[in-house]
Amino acid sequence: MSAPTDLRYTRDHEWVRVAGDEATVGITQYAADQLGDIVFVELPDEGRDLEEAKAFGVVESVKAVSDLFAPLTGTVTSINGALAANPELVNSDPYGDGWMIKIAVSDTSEVDDLLDGPAYDDLVAAG
Amino acid sequence: MLAALGLESVDDLFADIPSDLRASALDLPPPEPELELSARLREMAGRNRTDLVSFLGAGVYRHWTPPTVDQLLLRGEWYTAYTPYQPEVSQGTLQSIYEYESLIAELVDMDVVSASHYDGAAATAEAALMTCRATRRDRVLVSRGVHPQYRETLRTYMHGLELEEIPLIADGDAAGTTDLEALERLLADADRPVAGVIAANPDFLGLLEPMQRIAELTHAAGGLFIAVIEPVSLAVLTPPGAYGADIAAGEGQPLGIAPQYGGPYLGILASTDALVRQIPGRLVGMTTDLDGKRAFVMTLRAREQDIRRDKAASNICTNQALLALAASIYLATIGPHGLRDVAANGAARATELEAGLAAIGVERLHPGPYLNEFAIRVEDARTIHRRLIERGFLAGLVLADAEPDDPTLADALLLATTELTTPGDIARFVAALQEVLSGRPPVGVESGAGTERAENPVGSAR
Repeated sequence: MSAPTDLRYTRDHEWVRVAGDEATVGITQYAADQLGDIVFVELPDEGRDLEEAKAFGVVESVKAVSDLFAPLTGTVTSINGALAANPELVNSDPYGDGWMIKIAVSDTSEVDDLLDGPAYDDLVAAG
Repeated sequence: MLAALGLESVDDLFADIPSDLRASALDLPPPEPELELSARLREMAGRNRTDLVSFLGAGVYRHWTPPTVDQLLLRGEWYTAYTPYQPEVSQGTLQSIYEYESLIAELVDMDVVSASHYDGAAATAEAALMTCRATRRDRVLVSRGVHPQYRETLRTYMHGLELEEIPLIADGDAAGTTDLEALERLLADADRPVAGVIAANPDFLGLLEPMQRIAELTHAAGGLFIAVIEPVSLAVLTPPGAYGADIAAGEGQPLGIAPQYGGPYLGILASTDALVRQIPGRLVGMTTDLDGKRAFVMTLRAREQDIRRDKAASNICTNQALLALAASIYLATIGPHGLRDVAANGAARATELEAGLAAIGVERLHPGPYLNEFAIRVEDARTIHRRLIERGFLAGLVLADAEPDDPTLADALLLATTELTTPGDIARFVAALQEVLSGRPPVGVESGAGTERAENPVGSAR
């Protein structure tokens, strides 16, 4: 199972889809599989300023609760409201309907620090 | 093992800990034969005054406890303080916690109850931290009508965050209740938004607070409202869920737990569904197993410290399981009508006490409505209190001891009644107070006798 090559990744298993200065963020298939059945996703309010590598939310499965880390510095422009009622979307479609937040990115050069698909696959393979 | 580690003694293992941070040797007296020690402890215990007619409340209340409570608590199946670490094998324990949560939820009229906390003060402090986590703000306002010991616990838990006190109204019809204008001013500081506001009903002085209004002001400022409650009173007073509280916290001792100096007691903590992921402590849910049978499970466990470590909702709380069970048995035994009788009888005795005191010229300190506890104005309250102990009466709490910084409480006693207070107790107490106030010596007590006893601890509000 390879990570999509059109996305960028953090070492904490978040993915980012960058379009101009807007970034969409979620967690990877690998992360969702590791967590198991996700029962709750706690997301920030729109308008909140995020700092790269700082926690912005929490994902809770039946067996664990994990922080979500911001891949990029920026401001939250929208959140995926569907996850409130259907958190299992993160398991079933992590790169699509299971997206979590959109960020107006402050400094697009930070994108260069993120992993690409093959590099993320290497990270997962290395365990 | 020391040799394998290359160490000489066990003390070497602690070499990295500075000596001033290590526990010093315990200063213990030499051992005594068991019979002598038992006799000495009995003698010390005998100095406790359990014979006094008590009007002491101040957060801890005497009530009749049905014998079923203590008898059932003694059963070995219950007699452990902890929820087992493989909880689902202990369906009985989980069911008892589920029933506790259900009973308290009905009493406070709120969605979620956690089981449980050390005492009312700890539950209130956990509630304050919940508001900070939920709002991502760090400033909490607490009314000075909240028990002074709760406020002290709050100061400890809120270390590193901001805690400010809302003053009480000094005089007039609403004297002794939260100053709403001061609250509005504190809430209006836009640069320092408020996470939570805490008020008690009845307040520490026994008075009823405008809880709905405090909730409205708090919510208008984007904060969460914490109601500190006394559970028996909720049989007759509006429950916190009905006046817009986001969290209810309080002391569960009045529900079948004997007053005892220093506890153990029971912290009640309840919240709205919106805050379910912020509430610390155990939550038990009811479900069906693979065979379709009713089963009880721990829910939302992933937020607890054995899994979330330093990010757990609380690393301080523990379940007072046995005392939560006592509260459940108490509530189940006396039922809703019984609880209403308990609350109503205590309140009726209080109005009788007020009338009796008024007849000898002793007035209440505050004019506002109360339930079963109120303050009276008495010159030299500490001396009067001591002289009444000599006559067999515990005249409540000397308020200057609890609130030394409040000049309005300098000459005052806080008196409580419950269903255990008899009309005869009230008549004799009023007569004794009248004697003491007129300066007459107690009948049958020689000068000087009883003084030594009076200085001994007599039990007190925690």
